[in-house]
Amino acid sequence: MITRKLLTALLASAAMTGMAQAADLRIGLQEDPDVLDPDQARTFVGRIVFESLCDKLINISPDQSFVPELATEWSWSDDGLTLTMQLREGAVFHDGTPFNAEAVVANIERSKTLPESRRKSELTSVESVAATGEYEVTFTLANPDATLIAQLSDRSGMMLSPTAAEELGLDLATNPVCSGPYKFVERIDQDRIVLEKFAEYYNADNYHLDRVIFLPIPDTTVRLANLRSGDLDMLERLAPSDAAGVQADGSLQFVSAVSQGYQGITVNLNNGARSESPFGKDARVRKAFSLAIDREAVNQVVFEGVYAPGNQHVPPTSPWYDERHPVEARDVAAARALLDEAGVDRLALEIQAPNNPVQMQLMQVIQSMVAEAGFDISIRATEFASMLQAQTAGDYQGSQVGWSGRTDPDGNLHAFVTCEGGLNDSKFCSEDVDRLLNAARTTNDMDERRAIYAEAQDILMAELPIIYLYHQTWLWALRGNVTGFEGYPDGMIRLAGVRVE
Amino acid sequence: MLSYILRRILIAIPTLILVSIFVFMLQKLLPGDPVLVMAGEERDPEVLAYLREQYRLNDPLIVQYFHWVGNVLQGDFGMSLRTRQPVATLIADKLPVTIQLAVMAMIFAFLIGIPAGILSAVRKGTLTDYIANFIALSGLSIPNFWLGIMLILLVSVNLGWLPASGYEPLWRDPVRSIETMIMPAFVLGTALAATLMRHTRSAMLGVLQSDYVRTARAKGLRGRVVVMKHAFRNAVLPIVTLSALLFGELLAGAVLTEQIFTIPGFGKLIVDAVFNRDYAVVQGVVLCTAVGFILMNLIADVLYVLLNPRMRQSL
Repeated sequence: MITRKLLTALLASAAMTGMAQAADLRIGLQEDPDVLDPDQARTFVGRIVFESLCDKLINISPDQSFVPELATEWSWSDDGLTLTMQLREGAVFHDGTPFNAEAVVANIERSKTLPESRRKSELTSVESVAATGEYEVTFTLANPDATLIAQLSDRSGMMLSPTAAEELGLDLATNPVCSGPYKFVERIDQDRIVLEKFAEYYNADNYHLDRVIFLPIPDTTVRLANLRSGDLDMLERLAPSDAAGVQADGSLQFVSAVSQGYQGITVNLNNGARSESPFGKDARVRKAFSLAIDREAVNQVVFEGVYAPGNQHVPPTSPWYDERHPVEARDVAAARALLDEAGVDRLALEIQAPNNPVQMQLMQVIQSMVAEAGFDISIRATEFASMLQAQTAGDYQGSQVGWSGRTDPDGNLHAFVTCEGGLNDSKFCSEDVDRLLNAARTTNDMDERRAIYAEAQDILMAELPIIYLYHQTWLWALRGNVTGFEGYPDGMIRLAGVRVE
Repeated sequence: MLSYILRRILIAIPTLILVSIFVFMLQKLLPGDPVLVMAGEERDPEVLAYLREQYRLNDPLIVQYFHWVGNVLQGDFGMSLRTRQPVATLIADKLPVTIQLAVMAMIFAFLIGIPAGILSAVRKGTLTDYIANFIALSGLSIPNFWLGIMLILLVSVNLGWLPASGYEPLWRDPVRSIETMIMPAFVLGTALAATLMRHTRSAMLGVLQSDYVRTARAKGLRGRVVVMKHAFRNAVLPIVTLSALLFGELLAGAVLTEQIFTIPGFGKLIVDAVFNRDYAVVQGVVLCTAVGFILMNLIADVLYVLLNPRMRQSL
């Protein structure tokens, strides 16, 4: 009897240690991702899952330079109209389909032609793509496009199994077949997405986890409680207010990286009747508004000092930041002087902002700062979908919005400030800015591009169609036994080398 | 009896039609363009136009409505704009979750509410009565989200007894499934228990003062027998109605509790769907919960008849 009990206990404990050895990583996400098809997907959080699921042609390094992934090397023709890529040999998709030049051609064509594809605007410059060898593809461009490499390092460069794409069509979204280090197992809507290690991955030795489980837990307090109780191994987008607590906790680790995106106030310059105010029509008034804000104090008060104050479309840590226009200190007297010059005594403005507590706090701090210079702001708390519509329809004076950011600076600027830009809700329009930003796309030389952006920046800093405020910092919290994780400015979670000890 | 039930079902049909029209129109009154949300950050105009066409958003409202009703009658509830999953699948996935949570919450509510109600009625005006009342009022007044977070911090983070949040299907791992549901069910249950307790108390008080209870006591029956067999049986009718209605409400999803404990039930589904302007999902879920609510009402009425012999004759 006793031996039998002992035996059961032994078996049970053996089973439990067996379970512990199977290395699972449970990651808490802030939102539930949308469709799991890189061509149809549209959310930031979805890209986090894709990073482990779907390999891209090109990846980025922590300092945001481009590194090989499925493409091993690439080169441009002198006229910048032809991009030739050498591809990795021996890579396979999760369904066993081999990865080759034909697969790349099929993928780029799907991204460009699928009616549901959200990738079209990213690949407009690509006229055609051809397999010029079993492991060589050649992109032919309609016009030089320096941003293409960056696009191919994101969802546009994610490779799906052509066999599965053919067979499943749009339903691929619920059963994605890619070639990443982890393959899709199951998804329970709003509960979890489970991936497991793909044994045939070309670099499988570098991936030490058996399963990766993504758990969307929207409430930040609950997400952190799950980490503390051991129900999660790591989480993304820790609330800034919890940063100090995590740093002080010996059993947890804290990792951060300044993002590629920005938050600011988009001003209605020319989008319908509501642009008719000194705020929309007189650049001096916008400059006064900007000068009245103490960006460092905003960061300390609202974000516990963990974000990065900013005044441009890229953060001060970016290689594309224009050092000639540093973040200015608050100067209420100068702001007041500008308003006097513009003939404005006090200006009443309505600014819409997302109705969450943190953005409300941000706007309240700004409200009281700019009041000292002469602005009477009323804050209109708006739910996201309504805010988006008001913004495109021009039904706003100022709108507190942001952008998640792209690796190439063009992605943070062109669509927002060129006359015909798809995201230009301000309807700012300057021939010079258009000319410069289009020119910056035509050369791959970084110094040359930087010089062009500097010229555009001089105009934008004077006109201020968007008053930039700060740059979010991606914050991750991990349990002490997770090793090898590194934060990237794109906010993704890359699992190469990550172990659960 | 059968004809009674059939009649009730027939009466329910116009209600359902009204509900569906109401929800359909209300959604269209919401500001915000679903296509702008669906198109993603880039808002490619070509994609916007395609999606509008695809989801018939250019058609007049009345055409959109009849198109949807026509599909529903054929069992097609449409497809989620957000994840491309069929709405029927989403509902089928979430329904067991919501039912499990509702059943467990009701168990907590019964276990706490009814004994407390009986006790405070029997010991009316004593310390026991005041304590029971105090607890009931606390259950009603404490916000679910606050109690939820406090429980997570205490039970999961500090004591490590239960998982902090999440969900496991019952058929996959029953133990884990019940573990993840205990706290949310308790949070929901305490609020319901308060209502149940108050109603049980007043029903019992009424019955305890009646003549036949006095007679039973005069006969020399033991207190417990009088209370449980004679009094409670007669006090149970309003409690049955109330329980069925409370259960119906639970089936509509417990928005805050599901959000805090990250339970993928109806409440979470519908909130996310509203924020994403995922029309097909909102309509499908509301229709489904309306059916559930009407069904619970019907069950309450049938139970009423079964429990109360006087009503049987009137049928």
